[in-house]
Amino acid sequence: MTTTTDPHPTRRLILQGAASVALLGLGNLPFAPALAAANDKYPDEAFKLKNEADAIKALYGRTAEPSDKVKLDAPEIAENGGVVPISVTTTLDKVTSISFFVAENPNALAASYRIPDGTIPGVANRLKMAKTSNVTAIVEADGKLYSATKEVKVTVGGCGG
Amino acid sequence: MAIRRRDFLKSTAAVATSLSLPRLARGAETASIYDLERFGNARILHLTDAHAQLNPVYVREPSVNIGIGEMAGRPPHLVGRAFLERFGIRPDSADAYAFSCFEFEKSAGRFGKLGGFAHLKTLVDRLRGEAGERNSLLVDGGDLWQGTGLANVTQGRDMVEVANLLGIEAMTGHWEFTYGEQALRDNLERFKGEFLAQNVFLTEEAAFNDAAAFDKATGRVFKPSVVKEIGGHRVAIVGQAFPYVPIAHPKRFTPDWTFGIREEELQKHVDALRSTEKVDAVILLSHNGMDVDLKLASRVTGIDVILGGHTHDAVPQPIAVKNASGTTLVTNAGSNGKFLGVLDLALDKGKVSDVRYHLLPVYSELLKPDPVMAELIGRLRAPHVTDWAEKIATPDRLLYRRGNFTGPVDELICTALRTELDAEIALSPGFRWGVTALSGQPFTMEDVLAETAITYPETYVQEMTGADIKNVLEDICDNLFNADPYYQQGGDMVRAGGLSYTCTPTAAIGSRISDVKLNGGKTLSASHRYKVAGWASVNGQQGAPVWDVVAKYLRSGRMLQERLGAGVTLMGVENNPGIAG
Repeated sequence: MTTTTDPHPTRRLILQGAASVALLGLGNLPFAPALAAANDKYPDEAFKLKNEADAIKALYGRTAEPSDKVKLDAPEIAENGGVVPISVTTTLDKVTSISFFVAENPNALAASYRIPDGTIPGVANRLKMAKTSNVTAIVEADGKLYSATKEVKVTVGGCGG
Repeated sequence: MAIRRRDFLKSTAAVATSLSLPRLARGAETASIYDLERFGNARILHLTDAHAQLNPVYVREPSVNIGIGEMAGRPPHLVGRAFLERFGIRPDSADAYAFSCFEFEKSAGRFGKLGGFAHLKTLVDRLRGEAGERNSLLVDGGDLWQGTGLANVTQGRDMVEVANLLGIEAMTGHWEFTYGEQALRDNLERFKGEFLAQNVFLTEEAAFNDAAAFDKATGRVFKPSVVKEIGGHRVAIVGQAFPYVPIAHPKRFTPDWTFGIREEELQKHVDALRSTEKVDAVILLSHNGMDVDLKLASRVTGIDVILGGHTHDAVPQPIAVKNASGTTLVTNAGSNGKFLGVLDLALDKGKVSDVRYHLLPVYSELLKPDPVMAELIGRLRAPHVTDWAEKIATPDRLLYRRGNFTGPVDELICTALRTELDAEIALSPGFRWGVTALSGQPFTMEDVLAETAITYPETYVQEMTGADIKNVLEDICDNLFNADPYYQQGGDMVRAGGLSYTCTPTAAIGSRISDVKLNGGKTLSASHRYKVAGWASVNGQQGAPVWDVVAKYLRSGRMLQERLGAGVTLMGVENNPGIAG
């Protein structure tokens, strides 16, 4: 599955909805093969790995450097760990892929999107999170990897002042 | 209660201590604490977290309010003597009694109750009268509509009437949301002021289904701000509701709405107010909690003053926070109607040139109750006052709620739950609202309700493994002691009855709680299943309301003969000034 964004809001909303349904499997993904960044094959191996560093290596074969040009939007505390809205936009040029990792999930790689040439590099999706975890977004641009990380807390709730 | 006016007069230097901030002038030393020296051209009065306490109350400030990381030893995480020293308040003064836990019981007899809306009305009218026509504004920071039996049965309608008579012109919310969307909207129909919240949005599903919103384009459910002409200048008030409503409370009350701190949206909105609306000042009316506000002030630019609430911190002076484009002052104005914040601004074209701030204790013994407000309060209370006036116990010790880990009120609630529901362990939420009852004074149903009146009061009994219990303690402890304020929710630690444990606030989540033992001294086993009673669950429950369970226990006469609570041992916070010595 190739997911792109579209400036037209209605279309984008529908695409987001589709992505969220598809991604609810906690790594056990029932949908048609997504196109990985590094090559055009479904990154079967990367989705199966438990550890974040291993998954990044399997997907991209190298490491990412943190960049303030990757804007990761995620709540500090999730209102519902089952559907956590997380999005990425970037001012980087020549973006070819955007991927999301949830370090503490059973399988760290949550989603990977190929960004076709000429597409606005922005992805909004909802991730299922097992527990409090760092969420990392990696943007592949002009052959290099850039990342942003934010902790998202998943709490039992209650007991507010 | 004998009140000696000279006790007050002795203490009237109030909090006129030097401020580290050059922008702030020193408070004036005057003969009466309510005679404020005239200053500036615009006066904003700030009330917050009144929790529907219509009549004057006793409320003891906490003796444990620990700050860790960057917040260690900084306001608001100072208690007792450390607090008094930091703000230059004499230990024997009325202000020491109002602002701190220092010798509370002794001073309660000397200085009496604080707050009460008839007394507040007198003070508000006086301060607005002095400022002159069109030179003042009265705002409320939320948690106005909840905290008493009366507010609970009227779903906050009583407080809307009181707010209208008091003259509140703008407010934001927290517990207001726990009456659900319909009751909230009905109340806002009657409210003469504006309800402001820049950080409440429709969920995508609700937006798709065309749910009601103030602004469909942004998805904002409520008006984010209002621009008021005060003192001949344009002042923007931006509302910031409690960011974690659907997490701290059952999601069923606000199914269509999503909250959060929303720093980026706030920045955009403040920028637009500055560039498009050409306002001279931007005030954030916030229910974030003080630690969150202090962090926000360092990151969001263009806000002159944050008038803060939620964490119930009575902080006598604003804290100045530097950010990329200037300085933002952060205040927090206490709780239960005990205090009224007075922000005097000297406004110029496009800027605030100087500021004075006073957090005035509302000493009910020094203020004549406003007769019209007193009449309204009497009328609102009339249908219930007889039912709730019955004395059901006489406390043998001071009953107060506040404290990071426990307090006698919650120890009592936990004991009542364990006894009446026959459970080994009880869990009770770390709410900060609730009033203080003196020992030897009658304790009534109205008092029980003032500690328990919420819209999800159902009790429960369930089995939990020792591992589950430890996880709950860890999870909630992180809401309190996460080093990053944005991950804190602003309540206190869940109260655990029938358990003792050691807590290391400076540790990471998962490692703060250790040595958990049952009351008999047996170590909690991770795999064993325990019978746990509780209330205020975010999941739907079916048990009797907690106030009935507590009242039943108290009526049995057992009250407080046994020593309550097994206690919490603290580690790694020795010499922390958030713990009273």
